Amino acid sequence: MTRPDPVRHDNAKVMNRFELTKRLVGRLKHGEAVIGGIGNTNFDLWASGQREQNFYMLGSMGLAIPIALGVAIAQPRRHVVALEGDGSLLMQLGCLTTVGMLGTRNLTIVVMDNHIYQITGAQPTATAAGTDIVAIAQAAGIARSAWAADEADFERLVDQALAQSGSEGGGPTLIAVRIDDKPAVATTERDPVKIRQTFMRGIAAQSG
Amino acid sequence: MEGSQGSGAAATAWHEIVLQTLKRNEVKLVTYVPDRVLTPLIKAVHADPYFTTFSTTREEEAVGIVTGAWMAGMRGAILMQTSGFATIPNALASLVVPSQIPLLMFVSERGTLGEFNIGQTLVCRTMRPVFDALAMENHTITRLDELEFIVDRSIKQAFATQAPVAFILSPLLTGGKVFGK
Repeated sequence: MTRPDPVRHDNAKVMNRFELTKRLVGRLKHGEAVIGGIGNTNFDLWASGQREQNFYMLGSMGLAIPIALGVAIAQPRRHVVALEGDGSLLMQLGCLTTVGMLGTRNLTIVVMDNHIYQITGAQPTATAAGTDIVAIAQAAGIARSAWAADEADFERLVDQALAQSGSEGGGPTLIAVRIDDKPAVATTERDPVKIRQTFMRGIAAQSG
Repeated sequence: MEGSQGSGAAATAWHEIVLQTLKRNEVKLVTYVPDRVLTPLIKAVHADPYFTTFSTTREEEAVGIVTGAWMAGMRGAILMQTSGFATIPNALASLVVPSQIPLLMFVSERGTLGEFNIGQTLVCRTMRPVFDALAMENHTITRLDELEFIVDRSIKQAFATQAPVAFILSPLLTGGKVFGK
């Protein structure tokens, strides 16, 4: 697949969330923490294999990125990935300015943009009308923000973010992907204490 | 007005006591949404390299950040105003309480004891019913001589029992915010 240049929100390939989540998790080799946002985003993370370093957020819509930022601040040597949907991010857009202000070097944000509030009945989000998450992120101070053209480009952007993690002159990365409207392939077991304890055990070693 | 004091000795300012108590309990992360009354504490925390401190755009965001940091081994607190507290019940009820997160909250109390803004008086009244509804530990601190005891013991309790706690800083302690300020 040739890479459209430049990749924009309106010409990026429409992909599948579960497929991309599997590809992402498959590239995590160093105990990277992953915070899955509310709804289908964390359901597909759960379905991709229950890594101990995954945190599945069951409520508090919009807080996946702030939680990931907190983990990243506390453990600067571990890379942290926030998986968030377009609707959730739109609820807490201000957090992008906080990430931009801090310039956290071990944080990657992946935004799964399907243009709808999928879990509540597929009502359109502002991205359906043209709001561009990458443009917002760049303006918020996250210079390394890009749309993934296709699956291979997504993996390239993930690898690039992981490779520069924590390095001098590095910074936070945002990768936005256009996804279809397919529901998640499984549902997360809803036990907040168990989720939290497993995650804390999973990231207890090798703390920064 | 600089708040009450229990003895005739020169009193340490309330914000200095809070800062030292946070340090003693290894609370290194201090997030905040600014407030006039909290300004001396915010300034002091920024000036002390022990702390990682920054503002967030909303109090909810700070709840997420402190939650993540604690799970990853760093203790944290949030500084906010009563109107800020009114924005976070969803995050408390759906994240902090069910996940058993020892979240420390310092709430500068507006809306009482000389409030000049009717909106503040109303939003202030929503705070304590939320604590009651969630059965959350909270202390209204009015006296300088009780401040260290309450904050120190309650921080230890929060981490020992993995439960959130709120410290409501009364105008009786801080002087509050009045007309003309």
